[in-house]
Amino acid sequence: MSTVKQDTRLRDILGTSALRPDGVAKVMGSFSFSSDMWAENMLWGATLRSPHPYARIISIDTTAALLISGVSAVITAQDVPGKATYGLISADQPVFASEFVRYMGEPVAAVAADHPETCRRALAAIIVNYEVLTPVVDPELAMLATTEQIHPDGNLIRHQRIICGDPHISGNITVEGNYTIGMQDQAFLGLEAAMAFPDSGGNGVELHIATQWLHEDRGQIAACLKLPEDNVRLVLGGVGGAFGAREDISLQVHCCLLALRTGRPIKMQYSREESFFGHVHRHPAKIWMKHHATKEGKIVKVESRMVFDGGAYTSTSPAVLINGITHTQGPYQCDNAVVDGYAVRTNNPPCGAMRGFGVVQACFAHESQMDKLAQACGLSPVDVRLINAMHTGDKLITGQVMESVAPVERCIRETDAIPMPETLAPNANVLEFPGGSGRTADRHNIVRGIGWGVSMKNLMYSEGFDDYATARCTLSNGIASLKFATSEVGQGFVTLAPQIARSVLGVDDVVLETSDTQIGSAGSTSASRQTWMSGGAVDGACRLVRERLFEHVGKLHNIDPIRLMIEHTDVIDTIGTFRISVAEATQGITLSETFEHHHRKTEDLDANGQGNCHVAFAFVAHRAVVDVDVELGLVKVVQIATAQDVGRVLNPLSAIGQIEGGIAQGLGLAVMEEIIMDNGRVKNPSFTDYLLPTALDAPHVVAIMIEEAEPQAPLGAKGIGEPPCISVTPAIIAAIRAATGKALSRVPVRPQDICL
Amino acid sequence: MSESIGNEMYTLRINGQDRPVKDAWVGESLLYVLRERLELPGAKGACEQGECGSCTVLMDGDAVCSCLVMAATAIGADIVTVEGLIEKDPSMATTADVIASQITDVQQAFITEGGVQCGFCTPGLIVAVHHLLDKNSDPTELDVKESISGNICRCTGYGRIFAAVEAVVQVRKASR
Ligand code: FES
Ligand code: FES
Repeated sequence: MSTVKQDTRLRDILGTSALRPDGVAKVMGSFSFSSDMWAENMLWGATLRSPHPYARIISIDTTAALLISGVSAVITAQDVPGKATYGLISADQPVFASEFVRYMGEPVAAVAADHPETCRRALAAIIVNYEVLTPVVDPELAMLATTEQIHPDGNLIRHQRIICGDPHISGNITVEGNYTIGMQDQAFLGLEAAMAFPDSGGNGVELHIATQWLHEDRGQIAACLKLPEDNVRLVLGGVGGAFGAREDISLQVHCCLLALRTGRPIKMQYSREESFFGHVHRHPAKIWMKHHATKEGKIVKVESRMVFDGGAYTSTSPAVLINGITHTQGPYQCDNAVVDGYAVRTNNPPCGAMRGFGVVQACFAHESQMDKLAQACGLSPVDVRLINAMHTGDKLITGQVMESVAPVERCIRETDAIPMPETLAPNANVLEFPGGSGRTADRHNIVRGIGWGVSMKNLMYSEGFDDYATARCTLSNGIASLKFATSEVGQGFVTLAPQIARSVLGVDDVVLETSDTQIGSAGSTSASRQTWMSGGAVDGACRLVRERLFEHVGKLHNIDPIRLMIEHTDVIDTIGTFRISVAEATQGITLSETFEHHHRKTEDLDANGQGNCHVAFAFVAHRAVVDVDVELGLVKVVQIATAQDVGRVLNPLSAIGQIEGGIAQGLGLAVMEEIIMDNGRVKNPSFTDYLLPTALDAPHVVAIMIEEAEPQAPLGAKGIGEPPCISVTPAIIAAIRAATGKALSRVPVRPQDICL
Repeated sequence: MSESIGNEMYTLRINGQDRPVKDAWVGESLLYVLRERLELPGAKGACEQGECGSCTVLMDGDAVCSCLVMAATAIGADIVTVEGLIEKDPSMATTADVIASQITDVQQAFITEGGVQCGFCTPGLIVAVHHLLDKNSDPTELDVKESISGNICRCTGYGRIFAAVEAVVQVRKASR
């Protein structure tokens, strides 16, 4: 082994704050988002949507629209050549509504024209005759067999129970509550946009699209177009955030259909209002939960009934439901459980994936319960959580053994040790008050509160799904190129992948090839899975190439390849003195390998909700400090302290960005973000009425990353994307409860919930 | 373009150049004209309602939402987009590729401090921060927060963006 210690810290390897390779383009405004595309001879596409939550379509007349100068095509359900429906889990959502529209905003027709304004006029000229029906909007009613079934597949999307241990056992202390979670929107900034190029013969199409999962999209699109999958090529367009909202099909099929119909490139992009109707949202949920505990505060049993409103179509509701119910216990030991979960179809907007995926809803309930339990037992919020904290090796209520590193206690203790913020200064600027510059709070009515939230989140897909990832590494002349279909949505996989290659191969120059369907699937950029899955695939491909490199060098220099290793940017002989730079060793040769990373197998749940259904878990604790104007009901989140179980930090700068960004979204759900529904109608589909956290709402975040390498994970790192947004919401609500003494059982908390 | 829609013709002054706009529809926003007619896609549309700041450009030195400005009313104004920002003091740029790409200190700080994730909000924020620091070279934390509170970022939670602005302020102060 060489004794010369090389300074490797200057290289952008794993563990460093390597910078984004797309950073320069993004700050200069030259990065190409899918909405920035332009093509010679292109047309604009646009979608006609239902104004009613539930109606029968009597007739559609497109004659007048087709007569408008500049309009090239108008298409409806009858123009879909293949499968009429699509869907991630169940293909129950029509490409265009034909008989019924089942939610406000459901697509009915699409047009292609020479200008967005021409499109708007064409849409206005399409005459749709509706027989308006009474929408079914209450999931409790919808799931009854006596209620009108609004879809041939029925209104109950999924029911699943969990029965664990002794269902009849009780404890000295019981606490219970009913909790409501509002409908949150992912509100990515980069609106849905795509460009489709038809093949010259009309037998294929190339779609540039901002999506989370190219291959899944391709399968669904090809079926609707009635084309072989090979004739549908998807290329990742620049993605402006996703957070779950790009997992389902939105404009993909429409855009391809219009391109094939007109024989010209079609550009489609949604407005913000259309985007609210064009993608799924976070499931609103109603949760009843009851905890039985000893008088010392140790949980004996948890009971719960969860109802998730899935809206009109299935999307990922069955999986969201399973995530919700299997996280009923939270990050706490619990031997006995009775849980019933329902995902229900209604005439509300379809709901599906959003960061936290079902666990956000469950966590708001279990953390509210933990505070009730603390109060009932005379414990502090910290102590009740420490007493019950889960450890590696514990059995979950599904019977699955917690095999992941589970530093729950550490998360809580390290969060607790973070210094509290200073009290609001007597001369503080009003901008620091709850309500900021808008509705200025009265200094005398401001009360400070502190609250806690702790959570557990599964990583990767569950219930037997093999969500593998593929990557190819090619090494030549000292340059590594990486090819994968992984969607970069902003999270930073494009930063991480080269870090992996540099660490494994000892190269500095890493080229990323286009992300498209010209290689195997990478699975979805969701479920906190890409660092683990695509990271594992890149790592695997690079390691295979490294083996080939060692074989090559070994043969050439007559050294057993087993003795070779990479040190800094050289191949060295661990026993002798031989050393050659990777750049030199790869002159004139090309080594290329492809690797698929699969996580371990999981199982379906049985009728009693028992089974090893999840792959792995991550944990986090949040402590919130808030100032509340108790008269006006205004809230300012002052500080969020957090310690998160990350396995291993691969890029500190990216990691803190995920943590702070997730916290802001959890804050949004706690105090401002909600899609307001009125009998199936969305009341606030705009950024004027759907409020998002701004720079003035951002709390001071103090974050600790707990590094205990996860043995199952290829790089030792757990996914870090989702945990930050989960328990921060209940922590903030608990802090508001502490400041106001109000019970507060719904999120978001509105001013009237506090001051009335 | 269909005859029914556009036949306007005018000239805008953008990033120091006169840019003719042909066959336009009079209802087009400045954002649309920049992006779709003048090959300047740096300004982004994310709400087209003046709520998100992604479309921020400078008009006669003021930061405006280009989605709210009718392009035809911007005739005669001096418009600067993110593509037109230039580093006034090249010594601020520290690395070779940065100098080569004419990146500004604000742009560089957004990269090095982690202020960019998906990057959709970034061009608007870069323009807004330049505007702030041109007017106020020593802003307080609250000044910064207030001045960019019209720019929504959904990814970062703003922490790294504050760090980027702070870094620029410190470097500019030290070099004065
Ligand atoms: S697009 Fe102009 S402010 Fe949002
Ligand atoms: S970086 Fe994605 S919106 Fe700001």
